[in-house]
Amino acid sequence: MTKLEFMQGNTASAEGAIAAGCRFFGGYPITPSTEVAEAMARRMPKIGGVFVQMEDEIASIAAVIGASWTGKKAMTATSGPGFSLMMENIGFAVMTETPLVIVNVQRGGPSTGQPTMSAQGDMLQCRFGSHGDMAIIALSPDSVQEMYDLTVKAFNLAERFRCPAFLMADEIIGHMRERIELPDHVEIVDRRPLEPGRLPFEAGADGVPGFPTFGTGHRVHVTGLTHDERGYPAATDPAAHERLVRRLVDKVENARHEIADYRVTNPEAEVVFVCYGSPARAVQQVVSDHPGEGLGILRLRVVWPFPEHALAEFPNARLFIVPEQNLGQVAREVERHVRVPVISVPRLGGELHTPDELVRAVEEARSA
Amino acid sequence: MRRELRLSGFGGQGIMLAAVILGRAAVMYDRCYAVQTQVYGPEARGGASMAAVVFDDSPILYPEVTDPDILVIMSQEGFEKYGTIARQDAVMLLDPGLVHSRPACRYYEIPATDDARSILGKVIVANIVMLGALVASTGVVSRDAIERAVLDQVPRGTEDLNLRALRQGYVRGEEARG
Repeated sequence: MTKLEFMQGNTASAEGAIAAGCRFFGGYPITPSTEVAEAMARRMPKIGGVFVQMEDEIASIAAVIGASWTGKKAMTATSGPGFSLMMENIGFAVMTETPLVIVNVQRGGPSTGQPTMSAQGDMLQCRFGSHGDMAIIALSPDSVQEMYDLTVKAFNLAERFRCPAFLMADEIIGHMRERIELPDHVEIVDRRPLEPGRLPFEAGADGVPGFPTFGTGHRVHVTGLTHDERGYPAATDPAAHERLVRRLVDKVENARHEIADYRVTNPEAEVVFVCYGSPARAVQQVVSDHPGEGLGILRLRVVWPFPEHALAEFPNARLFIVPEQNLGQVAREVERHVRVPVISVPRLGGELHTPDELVRAVEEARSA
Repeated sequence: MRRELRLSGFGGQGIMLAAVILGRAAVMYDRCYAVQTQVYGPEARGGASMAAVVFDDSPILYPEVTDPDILVIMSQEGFEKYGTIARQDAVMLLDPGLVHSRPACRYYEIPATDDARSILGKVIVANIVMLGALVASTGVVSRDAIERAVLDQVPRGTEDLNLRALRQGYVRGEEARG
């Protein structure tokens, strides 16, 4: 059963988090993500959860990490400047294998940039913004429905792989209101507890150790320093460092087929749009308005880890066109994996690509 | 069929709320599709305000309004920004007490602010009068749907006032359409 609603994207993300079991929100309000915090502030006290407005985004992500170690599902929501402040502790969450969800409703940058306008300029920052080699999971919604559905999925992936999962939304999807069907039940994944007799950072075949929740009898040292399987610092041991970092990366990257989530339209197409987030709405309009013209769509719901095998779903592709609200961040990733031309169609300034603009891009690319 | 609506006025008139109510009416009670967007700026009371709604019987792909079929204009500034570029075959509802220009397209003069003040005694319901006129003159959502959506969105204790405002708007909308 589902319940029909007319809802804003940011509110839908908060409702998805609650459905997924989130019971802690720590954050600092920032446009255009503020409605996520507002919804959590309203809802958390009524369902036995905790809402804390912290003094800044550094403290917010730190509080979320702490809450996660007590066994709660925890999240924060932010935008560009706040996201930049979170970078150091995002690395700490990766290193300590802390499940958590970060919603980034992207706005125009660099710096304070365009607070009220849409962008997708943080797609590489979420992947590479914190220092050191690492892997994370990032999802990108293209509707209010997906603000809900993919927030649920972000929690499940964070719990399954014990890493930060990002909902990389944008201002257009975050602020629009549209039809949504709220399910009365969602599939929930919980982190696997540490098995007796196992060391706290000793992983099985999938590279993911069991979780020793604080207050359940374990004594665990949790550090951002390179550590051994016991959790103790081993920062001068080259082999321990290589083993740890490779495991942190491999547990996500080796599972990219399992994590992959994308939608294929017209697999026989010769000209294929690769898109995610709000530009996907313009792309779908164009392809719907121009049937029989050999246009296809690969729409990524999970952007990182990048599902390069999805590009092979289009055996006839002569050309990939990648419209983004940035200067070609994911286009660059697509280029790494194909032997045909990849055309980036950037749109800066905060507004959505128009269908006409994309039609022109196709015509220009075809005649080139 | 896809229909695009743009509403413009100044902060404090309830332009955003009117757009949210319309979208809600379409989705929840007419069981069709709607997307509501807005120019999301640091507007305060008195500043320019713009909201938009797309209506359709089938799922809406492109969510933005680019070339509206219907315009609701409740300030001179709003007219200058959006009214002057209205399509020839568009229809515009404007509040003649607030807008002194007239468009090239078909238009209806709806004295929403005057009616709210003199007939209903509360200028704050001018947006609801305008919604009533919009629904009566364009049928963009049903009367049943708009009434239920208004009741969902307005504060408790103001239901009667808002329904009277809506019905005053129906009268103005019917008059205007002739």
